[in-house]
Amino acid sequence: MIPEIGQLALALALCLALAQSSLGLAGAARGDRSWMVAVRPAAQGQFVFVAIAFGCLTYSFVANDFTVAYVASNSNSALPVAYRVTGVWGGHEGSILLWTLILGVWTVGVTFFSRHLPDDMVARVLGVMGIVSTGFLLFTLFTSNPFLRVFPAPADGRDLNPLLQDPGMVIHPPMLYMGYVGFSVAFAFAIAALLGGRLDATWARWSRPWTTVAWAFLTIGIALGSGWAYYTLGWGGWWFWDPVENASFMPWLTGTALIHSLAVTEKRGAFKSWTVLLAILAFSLSLLGTFLVRSGVLTSVHAFATDPARGVFILAFLALVVGGSLTLFAWRAGKVGLGGIFGVVSRESTLLANNILLIVAMASVLLGTLYPLFLDALNLGKISVGPPYFDAVFYPLLAPAVFLMGVGPMARWNKASLPDLWTRLKWALGVAVVAAVILPFVLGHWSPLIAAGLFLALWVVVSSVVNLRTRLTGSHRHGLVAKLAANSPSYYGMLLAHLGVAVFIVGVTLVKGYESEQDVRLDLGQTVDAGGYAFKFLGVVPGPGPNYRALTGTVEVRKDGRLIETLKPEKRIYNASGQTMTIAAIDIGLFGDRYVSLGEPLAADDIDGAWGVRIYLKPFIDWIWTGAFLMALGGIVAVCDRRYRLAIQRRTGAIGPAASAGAPAD
Amino acid sequence: MIARAAIAALLLACAAATSAVDPVSPNGETAAGMSALDLRLKRLEAELRCLVCQNQTLADSNADLADDLRREVRSLALAGKSDDDIKAYLVARYGDFVLYKPPVKPITWMLWFGPFALLAGGGALWWVVLRRRARSITPTATKADTAGELRARKLLNGEDDVAA
Amino acid sequence: MKSLRWSLPLAIFVILVAFLWVGLSRDPREVPSPLLGKPAPAFALAKLHVPSETLATADLKGTVWLLNVWASWCVSCRVEHPLLVELAKANIVPVYGLDYKDEPDAGRAWLAQHGDPYTASIVDRDGRVGIDYGVYGVPETFLIDKAGVVRYKQIGPLTPEALKQKILPLVRELQK
Repeated sequence: MIPEIGQLALALALCLALAQSSLGLAGAARGDRSWMVAVRPAAQGQFVFVAIAFGCLTYSFVANDFTVAYVASNSNSALPVAYRVTGVWGGHEGSILLWTLILGVWTVGVTFFSRHLPDDMVARVLGVMGIVSTGFLLFTLFTSNPFLRVFPAPADGRDLNPLLQDPGMVIHPPMLYMGYVGFSVAFAFAIAALLGGRLDATWARWSRPWTTVAWAFLTIGIALGSGWAYYTLGWGGWWFWDPVENASFMPWLTGTALIHSLAVTEKRGAFKSWTVLLAILAFSLSLLGTFLVRSGVLTSVHAFATDPARGVFILAFLALVVGGSLTLFAWRAGKVGLGGIFGVVSRESTLLANNILLIVAMASVLLGTLYPLFLDALNLGKISVGPPYFDAVFYPLLAPAVFLMGVGPMARWNKASLPDLWTRLKWALGVAVVAAVILPFVLGHWSPLIAAGLFLALWVVVSSVVNLRTRLTGSHRHGLVAKLAANSPSYYGMLLAHLGVAVFIVGVTLVKGYESEQDVRLDLGQTVDAGGYAFKFLGVVPGPGPNYRALTGTVEVRKDGRLIETLKPEKRIYNASGQTMTIAAIDIGLFGDRYVSLGEPLAADDIDGAWGVRIYLKPFIDWIWTGAFLMALGGIVAVCDRRYRLAIQRRTGAIGPAASAGAPAD
Repeated sequence: MIARAAIAALLLACAAATSAVDPVSPNGETAAGMSALDLRLKRLEAELRCLVCQNQTLADSNADLADDLRREVRSLALAGKSDDDIKAYLVARYGDFVLYKPPVKPITWMLWFGPFALLAGGGALWWVVLRRRARSITPTATKADTAGELRARKLLNGEDDVAA
Repeated sequence: MKSLRWSLPLAIFVILVAFLWVGLSRDPREVPSPLLGKPAPAFALAKLHVPSETLATADLKGTVWLLNVWASWCVSCRVEHPLLVELAKANIVPVYGLDYKDEPDAGRAWLAQHGDPYTASIVDRDGRVGIDYGVYGVPETFLIDKAGVVRYKQIGPLTPEALKQKILPLVRELQK
């Protein structure tokens, strides 16, 4: 009964999504107010029904309804309740439903936070989002229905993939989808602007908070995925340039370019058509990612079970949505008009360089990810493109962009002076260079790459400090607190996000530069030394878990003879599927992790004898994810700026909003 | 003055932090630790692809074939073959698919040189756009301007009294 | 024309979609063999049924022959096996079996149970000959000509279509 209700709810949601799109777009085109007014309720109704469907699927999981085929292949009666709930998005059909649900969440968000926008703009934005919802609902109902029944129902389910039975599964996909899907709002704003023919600074100010929040979610989602892979896969890796990872990273790179480009469009009215193109591109890459992950064209550990029919559908949808928007862009972007004028040395020019570097980096990731497919399609054989390629290509491309992070905020809008910049920044440059050259010696081993990475991170930090100081000394206010308060959240958000980048770079540089690995056979009581720590292996004991059998090892970590931590790495054999998982034990530290995982016992059946043990030292690795979270936090802080929260009464927005007059241009 | 103190404090903090960090040398050999051969093989195997897995390196895979291939790689290394020899051995049997670092040949030129070509193109685009837009507006006082108008024009151009 | 540059993103996208479309019909996990057109790697292994005798590639020079990689633990092999038995009865081309990473007893028992189409089978206990031939999945079949050059590789079980359209015509041509 419940699954049928869910299916009906999806069908109703589809009808409402169709209404939302047609009323929205036709209504705005015709200027028909009654149609435009109907769009919000249609959109909200669509969300309600998708939520009902999602609730029905969740219920089926929690209630162990194995007559539903999807539940039978992704759950098990012994599965803990928390994982039964997250199992809803553990497979293809349910994760598409999650996608659709989150699209509904963003849609409803737009319906509530758009009171100050003109009716025709809101109608168009919701209309475009309605088209995307329609596509996904059609896809769900016709090729990926999670409510299909299976008769006869199996006695028990095949269990959720053990790799997914983890807290990471609770939060990583929802955060990731909030990001991916959130770019649909920026996309919808861009299409609405092209359709309506209005593209100005006000449009950018409306778009910006939506884009920044989506970007922040995507940042968190990717960081969570990386951290989860680190502790769950057993060999201490945190990024593999796997096609699915790249599928989330490309929208992120584009989104970063987009938030910077929007800044220029908002403040200076420049880069208008470029910003629109970026908005289209960011969401297109989200859709492309969906295609790559679910169509089977690329091999990946993350890929869902594939089916050619699904691949064809998504490709057709991709072709329509992206092709349609790029056609609209080709037709209308030229009429939007050129933006402002700015000098060769100016904040605009540094931001343009930033954008170009980020997009070139994104294009390189795309090239590397799709190249095997290109060659295969041309019958030129099969190759593999993996981390050695991406590492070699990506870092040199991003390094100049990071360097510009120190220069850009110091440069004036419209016309900056290179000698002036040099005067302000030369001291920062000197400090960063000197420290970067000296630190690796202190840390134990010098290499040019480590010095380069540290230079970039220190440069960003020191130049940010110089920037803040310049602001404070130039301020008219009296007293430190007043001076600090004079700056907008937007400004502090930028500083925080840039600091996050620096922290991230420190983490990556030091981990790659100084990590060490020991893969050794240890007898009971044997100790191995690594990086000043002593690791003593104390054997492995079996034990039961909720739905698995565990072999738990004990490893004592000592420094200078003193016991620091007792680590318990595990090997789990899951009852339902028979799959084995290696669970690492990590001693987390501010300046590095000590990471231990079990290999295999030396003698196949003798768990009481010697075991292969893997010990990794990962200096500063937690700085990677801390940096990412700081970036996201910076984005959230920036969005709290008054100018976004003030309800703009004036529809025309002719005179610049009162809000930004008080804050210094940042 | 304050800024210099802040920077100095930052550097001192760095120095302090580094003393808290254990001086590590990447993969130093230790008593019961990995031998140089094992380390070399790990690194090599991290660049090779497991043929039967869903995108995993030869180093990380648990598959039977991966075991066999690791054994093969080890015996080749013990026989004195270099990393390049071992890679050539595997490529002769499995093709370029087995290498995660694609060889540089005519069909992969676009892959290896593409990004830098794109960068060059991007740089050219940047230059062209700047040339076109570079008409700097320098406010000069005309007879009709009042001081207020001049300041207004400066503000509108982003040249605030507050620096940057 | 000024409007051309606005169409550039669309043009790039159209090309991309074309590639993705073609990609849908390709299998990214299939690894083509680099041995095509090259001499078949030499082996000299004990026969499955007569362990005291050896079969070497040198013995097979001058014949066109098929090398079928199989194992008693391989499930997909059972799917193609009837085809091989038929093929052996038709006596067009000799089929030699490579019993890959298998226990000889288990191999013999399997053939006794499912039929033995092989002129002879050899045992590759540790899989080294398999590695030389670039075997990564079982079953696989190689077609080797009179000069000992590999001319065709079938990845996965043999199908009637593959036999009819690719392998047998090639066999007939090579046997001339």
